[in-house]
Amino acid sequence: MSTAVAQKRGLGAVIWDYLTTVDHKKIAHLYLVSGGLFFLIGGLEAMIIRIQLMKPDNDFISAGLYNEMITMHGTTMIFLAAMPLIFAIMNAVVPLQIGARDVAFPFLNSLGFWLFLFGGLLLNVSWFTGGAPDAGWTNYAPLSTTSPGHGVDYYVMGLQISGAGTLIGGINFLVTIVNMRAPGMTYMRMPLFTWSVFVTSTLILFAFPALTVGLFLMMFDRMFGSAFFDVGLGGNAIIWEHLFWIFGHPEVYILILPLFGAFSDIFSTFSKKRLFGYSAMVFATVLIGFLGFMVWAHHMFTVGMGPIANSIFAVATMAIAVPTGIKIFNWLFTMWGGQIRMTAAMLWSIAFIPSFTIGGMTGVMLAAAAADFQYHDTYFVVGHFHYVIVGGVAFGLFASLHYWWPKMFGKVLNEKLGKLAFWPFFIGFHLTFFIQHFLGLMGMPRRYWVFLEGQGLATGNLISTIGAFLMAIGTIIFLINIVYTAVKEKKADADPWEHGRTLEWAIPSPPPHYNFVQTPLVRGLDPLWVEKMDGKEGMTPAEPLGDIHMPNASILPFTISLGTFIAGFGFIYQVDDPIWLIAVFAGMGLTLGSMLTRSLKDDLGHHIHKEELEEDIKKGVGK
Amino acid sequence: MADQSHSKPIHHQEYEKKQHREEMKQQVLTFGLMILFTIIAFGMVIFEVNSYFIIPTLIILAVVQVAFQLYYFMHMKNKGHDMVAVMMYGGAAVAALTIITFTSIIWW
Ligand code: HEM
Ligand SMILES: [Cu+2]
Repeated sequence: MSTAVAQKRGLGAVIWDYLTTVDHKKIAHLYLVSGGLFFLIGGLEAMIIRIQLMKPDNDFISAGLYNEMITMHGTTMIFLAAMPLIFAIMNAVVPLQIGARDVAFPFLNSLGFWLFLFGGLLLNVSWFTGGAPDAGWTNYAPLSTTSPGHGVDYYVMGLQISGAGTLIGGINFLVTIVNMRAPGMTYMRMPLFTWSVFVTSTLILFAFPALTVGLFLMMFDRMFGSAFFDVGLGGNAIIWEHLFWIFGHPEVYILILPLFGAFSDIFSTFSKKRLFGYSAMVFATVLIGFLGFMVWAHHMFTVGMGPIANSIFAVATMAIAVPTGIKIFNWLFTMWGGQIRMTAAMLWSIAFIPSFTIGGMTGVMLAAAAADFQYHDTYFVVGHFHYVIVGGVAFGLFASLHYWWPKMFGKVLNEKLGKLAFWPFFIGFHLTFFIQHFLGLMGMPRRYWVFLEGQGLATGNLISTIGAFLMAIGTIIFLINIVYTAVKEKKADADPWEHGRTLEWAIPSPPPHYNFVQTPLVRGLDPLWVEKMDGKEGMTPAEPLGDIHMPNASILPFTISLGTFIAGFGFIYQVDDPIWLIAVFAGMGLTLGSMLTRSLKDDLGHHIHKEELEEDIKKGVGK
Repeated sequence: MADQSHSKPIHHQEYEKKQHREEMKQQVLTFGLMILFTIIAFGMVIFEVNSYFIIPTLIILAVVQVAFQLYYFMHMKNKGHDMVAVMMYGGAAVAALTIITFTSIIWW
């Protein structure tokens, strides 16, 4: 009895700890769990879509529900699964790689997470309140502005809230990487993962405002009777498409770039070689980020922009293939002649190269504007973006999780189960999406509820559905691995892969909450490797042992975000009944009140004293 | 801050003083110019100068004022502001691209 009570209080304390934490490592856990949950929800929606398309003229779900499924699948996977999972890795790794004790703004870091989570929850509440959004993840007007019910309103409010969280997170990482690098870590000594997070954060900073503006216009059109996108009243529906894609194309690079960085670190670690062409890799990353802003209209070739605009955007789009190619070759050359170790992380990374390259190739095909009139809005496009997103982003997330799991949780994921999860997922992935290119070329349009008998599309679709089930099996094995590892595996060393090259492998797994007892001195690219080659045990400290200043935990990020969540409902339903304005005022009151509290109440953080650190060192923290 | 400069050697202190004086001069100068620009801008509107002339002139004056503000009052001309400059020009470029698109492709 008494132990049960003690355990309960223990659980309560843990929950409170996570609700108030500003520690980047715990925020990484929060991002991972919630992103993982949304990934499973999005995966479930995908399975329902594939079951509906399993055979001709199927009626597994109704046409309306099908529209909700495809909309929520895309929206969930991009905004609520891929983005937070990337943020999980960023939070877990970047401060460690640059030798910092936390991010620049720990409070904002937590705020960014809670805004994302409440935005995501708001979006998914729509399932239970009379229908999810159903205008596609791209939410084109006028389909979206005329969609009945409140589904699209949830899309607008949910993405607005979680988008604010992402923007905050992006700015935080920019400032962190610019200002918090350990002594000696110049820009050209940053690990490639940190570099790509830097470029990604810049893209977030510049791209998300376009989405914010678009969502505001959409919100006013739907909720307050404006007519930005209403042609009948002098508006223009194309404005939404441009705003969406000015955000949307950089967004796809926001998704892939961090994983390009992760692959670079993984290839170099498991080939026991320094990354081939480091400076070319940095250059290519920056160039991709730059070009990513010049190409958005390749999603709109068929809108009728005219031959000049189409040609300009076609050429700009094809140009991106060049820096991408540079990267592919550098990864291959990194492995060339290296002592390759086929860990699960490496398996996912190697599988990424051909898979992603196929996606890039179909991308260049799509970029040929004249040809795109054939491909556009067919399954060919669906094949393309799943090859880059699953073959790049999803493979990258699996690889990164295997690679950094010991740093996040103190245990190495079981390698056997890891490889067992890989094969069904890998085979299933190619089964599902390769055939879709041909379905598209045969004329199967995307987003249609059914196809008919005698159109020659039945076999291809059946194969695709079988592949989807294999991917689901792979995912389940990965989940089993997590549980198995937590129960059975033993504690990992600081450098569990033995050939760790970057700073995160110089400190215990998982690190103490202040990360580095003493800030390390960085003497070159791959700082830990440099020390190892000099025959040293660990990093040389750059400062004497002394008190460490750390930020305090706070519940305010949670309450600020909760307020926006409540206000979100108010905005959505005040259209029906002004009484809902109460929710708007209550919610905004909570948000602004919490912000006021934060501004007026001084919070100077706390110190970890030298004596405590010496205690920890005795226990083996400093190493 | 104050006691930090006390601990510095004399010649260093003098150097800093000279720097500050120089800085002050520049700031007063730009402040004066900015007031002048504002008077010109208002004057042109009050005297109803031809709108083909007034609009581009106002835009140019505004851009120069923003530059003064950033470089002289917010110290972007000083060292250590390269990253800030990159970010601001990047953001301005993206915004400009958006405006060009809207004016050339959508509304043209
Ligand atoms: C060599 C690089 C790439 C090229 C040339 C390229 C080109 C294109 C083109 C032209 C389209 C529009 C097709 C159409 O709607 O008719 C498209 C769609 C798409 N691409 Fe790519 N792409 C590339 C890489 C990527 C990457 C790296 C990602 C994401 C990680 C990505 C994600 C997408 C998505 C999500 C869509 C579909 C959006 C939608 O309509 O729902 N692409 N791509
Ligand atoms: Cu694109």
